[in-house]
Amino acid sequence: MNHEAERYERLFLIISGLFLVGFLIVLAYTSIHMGVMLPGKVGVIEAKAGESLAAAVFRTPPFDHLGVKKIGPDDYEAVYFAQAWAFFPREIDLPVGARVKFIATSVDVTHGFFIAGTRVNMMLLPGQISEETYTFRKAGKYLLLCHEYCGLLHQTMHAWVIVK
Amino acid sequence: MTTPIVAAPDGFSLPDEQRRLIKWTVYLGFIVLAVGVLNGLDQALNYAHIDIFRFFPGMRTYYQGLTAHGVFNAIIMTFAFANGFVAMAVARGLGMKLNHGLLAASFWTILVGTLLTAGAIVNGTASVLYTFYPPLEASWPFYLGLALVVISTWITSANLFVTLAKFRREHPGQRIPLLAYMGVVTYVFWDISSLGIVVEVVVFLLPWSLGLWHGADPLVDRTLFWFTGHPIVYFWLLPIYMSWYGMIPRQVGGALFSDSVVRISFLLFLIIIPIGFHHQFVDPGVSRELKYAVAVLTFAVFVPSLMTAFSVMYALEIGGRRAGGNGLIGWFFRIPWKDPSVCAQVLAMLAFMLGGITGLMNASYTMNLEIHNTTFVPGHFHLTVGTAVALSIMGIAYWLVPYLEQKELWSAKAGLVSSWLYFIGVLIFARGMISGGLAGMPRRTAISLVPYAEPPGWRLAGILVGVGGSLMFIGAVLFFVVIAMTVLAGKRTEIADIPYSVTLVTPQTSGWEPGLDRLRYWIVASVLLCVIIYGPFLASQFPLQLNVPGFRAF
Repeated sequence: MNHEAERYERLFLIISGLFLVGFLIVLAYTSIHMGVMLPGKVGVIEAKAGESLAAAVFRTPPFDHLGVKKIGPDDYEAVYFAQAWAFFPREIDLPVGARVKFIATSVDVTHGFFIAGTRVNMMLLPGQISEETYTFRKAGKYLLLCHEYCGLLHQTMHAWVIVK
Repeated sequence: MTTPIVAAPDGFSLPDEQRRLIKWTVYLGFIVLAVGVLNGLDQALNYAHIDIFRFFPGMRTYYQGLTAHGVFNAIIMTFAFANGFVAMAVARGLGMKLNHGLLAASFWTILVGTLLTAGAIVNGTASVLYTFYPPLEASWPFYLGLALVVISTWITSANLFVTLAKFRREHPGQRIPLLAYMGVVTYVFWDISSLGIVVEVVVFLLPWSLGLWHGADPLVDRTLFWFTGHPIVYFWLLPIYMSWYGMIPRQVGGALFSDSVVRISFLLFLIIIPIGFHHQFVDPGVSRELKYAVAVLTFAVFVPSLMTAFSVMYALEIGGRRAGGNGLIGWFFRIPWKDPSVCAQVLAMLAFMLGGITGLMNASYTMNLEIHNTTFVPGHFHLTVGTAVALSIMGIAYWLVPYLEQKELWSAKAGLVSSWLYFIGVLIFARGMISGGLAGMPRRTAISLVPYAEPPGWRLAGILVGVGGSLMFIGAVLFFVVIAMTVLAGKRTEIADIPYSVTLVTPQTSGWEPGLDRLRYWIVASVLLCVIIYGPFLASQFPLQLNVPGFRAF
């Protein structure tokens, strides 16, 4: 009985192991081949002595010009900052098919930057720049949410992305 | 031939005064759990747009209740239970009493820590949730209390090590009995894992809350938190694995298959500690390469849980077949479902399968973009810590409390009803949370108060969370009634021993197997892997930017 059990266990672990390796290969494929990228290292914003973080953010490009900028035929850049309890800009307009690079940071606490129904999902940390690119293929009114607890009125913190 | 997993199979019981301390440590966990569970009901109902948190005594905001729910249930209850249950199991495994001074010190430390932390939460100066990400800044008793709660686990480890050292002196050449081995490795694992949170709290946050630092470094503090924050889930889980491996086989009339397989699975947890970065997949300031490497390691740590699934299932099968069960799954219905301790823990295992699968999804690198910080995540961890762990603790309590009190369980039937209600409740609750998350519902958010129209899918999700959460709450209340009645009104009886199992494949004293007991080599391997994963990242953060001012608008 024990030998049989050992054989079954080995088989069970080998099959499970193959599944795990298979999953990892799929994940690498989505990232390398399909271009689904996690946020990575972009850059930091450093305040000078005596300067507030907010002041440092507003003098650091691209945060000196918030909002949407067209940078190619279908390419856009959308620059945001988050502050308890709002995103700026509060609403942006984009055409269907727009490939948008979202660039954002926080000036006070940790916030989330999540567009419901898409895979735009990143954390905003004070002093760190976050970046993610996404192509909007469907028209609609997309809800941009803060999905990290940031104090008393966290639940009110949202903005809109209008794609038409 | 079978081998008992304890050193003194003929019986051993702790001195009364040690049994009493263990009892009070475990009861502290239950009391804290009761408060935490009460604060869970208002969260669940809030998703269904029913606002009751304003009426809670001492609770002014949703997030204050959420902080209480997370800190009490996930940190204090689990630690108190581990400190009591694991210490008792190690003493029983070795057949030796513990160091009394350390046992007492551990109890008083966690008690004082709990009171400080609870005080800060109740007076509203610590609504920072159980992750307390700076620059959210709580008052100093919150941090000091948490530090003491963690230190109580270190005192417990010291106790286990001292007792094990004495055992080794008195029994040269003997293998460490399996029950004690599991407990000791659990605490060694935790000692290394807890370093992140201890450095975060003691070096940065506590002095900061006292005005000694001017600010915080959010990225470094987050990273230190998650260094501990992922392994902490195994510190919740491993005491439960001790029950699933070491006690459940006996309770179902089965046996554990292999001694070495259990030791290897515990060692794998010990070695694969540094995987916390998978909670930071969507963080800025952490490179994608590091994130992918950690995704691989996270998948690797799935292996010891798969080993556990096999061994425990096999033990259940042996028991079920001995009781006359036949066929491919017929044995499953023949295990003693009428025993509330078995019923609760087997239901917990079933929930854990779903929890494991959803956990794998969370850890899946790019897939994390779909679900990070949505309600998918609490959907997942209410199946794991919220059920696999919590419901198992309830199941263990159904024999542990009678054993510690030497009294009969007040009502086995009520225990069964409690377990089924809780289990059915969590399935509905998690279905709601998971579907809500996939529809973009954010976690840690007072959904009943959002100012925008809810996107499609949120309403149904919220109602399921409310209904499922209420069932879980009723199940938990029934559990507390059973335990309270057992303590207060249980009939006196004599319970000689705990239900420890036997293994079919005996541990060897020669060959490679004794190497599994030479813990120092495995500790070195574990620390090395931590340094490889975390060393370069942390080094690159120097000099630290302790300049983000505290934020207290909560």
